[in-house]
Amino acid sequence: MSSAPAIIELREVVKRYAGGQLALDRVSFSLARGEMAFLTGHSGAGKSTLLKLIALIERPSRGQVIINRRNLSSIPAAGIPRYRQGLGLIFQDYSLLYDRSVFDNAAMPLLLRGMRPTDIARRVDAALDTVGLLRYRDKLPVTLSGGEQQRVGIARAVVGRPYLLLADEPTGNLDPALSAEIMRLFARLNEGGTSVLIATHDLNLISSLPYRQIVLEHGHMATAEAS
Amino acid sequence: MNQPHPNRPPPASPGRAARRDRGRPWLGARLGQQHKRDFLDSLMRLYAKPLGSLLTAAVIGITLALPAGLWVALKNVDAVSLGWQGSLQASLFLRDTVTPEAGRALTRRISQRDGVTRTRYISRDEALAEFRELSGFGDALDIVADNPLPATIVVQPDTALGPMKIDAMLRSLAALPEVDRAQMDQAWLNRLYAMLDVLRRAVFIIALLLGLAVLFIVGNTIRLDIENRREEIRILRLLGATDGFIRRPFLYAGFWYGLAGGVLAWLLLVVALLALGGPVRHLAGLYDSGFVLSGLGFTGSMALLGCGIVLGWLGSALTVSRRLSAIQPR
Ligand SMILES: Nc1ncnc2c1ncn2[C@@H]1O[C@H](COP(=O)(O)OP(=O)(O)OP(=O)(O)O)[C@@H](O)[C@H]1O
Ligand SMILES: [Mg+2]
Repeated sequence: MSSAPAIIELREVVKRYAGGQLALDRVSFSLARGEMAFLTGHSGAGKSTLLKLIALIERPSRGQVIINRRNLSSIPAAGIPRYRQGLGLIFQDYSLLYDRSVFDNAAMPLLLRGMRPTDIARRVDAALDTVGLLRYRDKLPVTLSGGEQQRVGIARAVVGRPYLLLADEPTGNLDPALSAEIMRLFARLNEGGTSVLIATHDLNLISSLPYRQIVLEHGHMATAEAS
Repeated sequence: MNQPHPNRPPPASPGRAARRDRGRPWLGARLGQQHKRDFLDSLMRLYAKPLGSLLTAAVIGITLALPAGLWVALKNVDAVSLGWQGSLQASLFLRDTVTPEAGRALTRRISQRDGVTRTRYISRDEALAEFRELSGFGDALDIVADNPLPATIVVQPDTALGPMKIDAMLRSLAALPEVDRAQMDQAWLNRLYAMLDVLRRAVFIIALLLGLAVLFIVGNTIRLDIENRREEIRILRLLGATDGFIRRPFLYAGFWYGLAGGVLAWLLLVVALLALGGPVRHLAGLYDSGFVLSGLGFTGSMALLGCGIVLGWLGSALTVSRRLSAIQPR
């Protein structure tokens, strides 16, 4: 292992779903602390599966997943909520709570941690400001555009200052201009020190960006090129 | 995790500043805050769909009102029959061979028995005199040479013994050699008591069944609630919500349903008692009785509300624990 401890480390990870579908086959890679990288590959290559293993939505059939120096196999079901609180997850469908305001959505991770209301307000406003949505804080998500909703999702993901941001097709529902804007937002968060792993198959969008691409092909690692 | 803690200010120490930096007040205050918020949130959610919530509460209320009403009815019948207990007595008719002296001695012996409050010896002559006076057949009786009336011992049992023991005691008195025949003057009262016992048991069973029904009603309502909020639960899990956090609003909803049902049941009973009060007063007047309907009383009312709350909470808890674990992120 290198001297700087990796934030993500996968060792020979195999994931076979209950149906028998082999989604990941002996996948090994690591993401350095503070690094930002893209996870790419064709549809069905296993990108979402890999992110689910990291978020403990699924467990590997074989191999080790080590996040922030912690082997996930040591985390029992009861420890999963606490573990997930340390991550920032972003989804293609935004996964917002549509009966709550933008503010309440972004505040949820802090609420889950039991933070004081005054501290919550301060941090949520800062997060909404970062994604440029402070003026919408009291609106309902449905009144926002897709790009704005995704920015609410990002604000919610970063408000708890996670050590790792995971995004699964965060721009899948957005037009190129909005997508580029979201990517710039991730880059900015990464400059702030957060490690970021983004699954996407939008190669046009990321080809010009100076980040490593981790490529999956039918569940195997293809290449891991630094650019 | 779910226990509410009293609010205690954090100690003024370096630890306090550190804690404030991380935005984490101490555990108790945090939980207290969350509970208060969830408690009121769940009420607001019910308030947001008033018709559905009201219907559920009404069904619970009617279901609770039924056994509570039966219980009140029993209590009132008990009170009425208690007034009749004083007249419970037995007459022991003595054989003609028993002399007045022996009769009086027997009466004294009986009066010393456990469970006998009062005895009275009526000799044959006294019986005849009494009959003469009461019947007005005085002259006609003179024609009869022999006094046909037996000597009698009237026994009044201690009503605290209960109908079973009283019955057993009177039977043993009836079996005495001096006694020719015994007559329980108010045997029907014992039958009433036996019947009341059966009814009491029946009300208990009905209450159990209807309590079960309330569990199902609340459980079903909460199940639909959970179904409607599936996506929200899935998202909350992804964000790292604990089971306790997800469960809490549903438990509080169960609490509110139960409380609302209890209050409605109470109102139903009050209205029913008001409606019955007039006719019952009239009926009591016809019997020269000052009887008034008694309601649930304070303890009964509190018990009704308590039952509602406990059943609501429990109905929710039983459903929630089964349903929530099935909702996991994919
Ligand atoms: N829950 C599941 N049960 C069974 N098979 C699954 C499940 N989830 C995914 N798979 C299978 O595993 C393989 C990898 O799926 P995965 O969702 O990880 O791909 P992906 O790279 O994210 O694809 P896409 O770009 O379309 O999102 C696919 O063949 C898929 O059919
Ligand atoms: Mg996918």
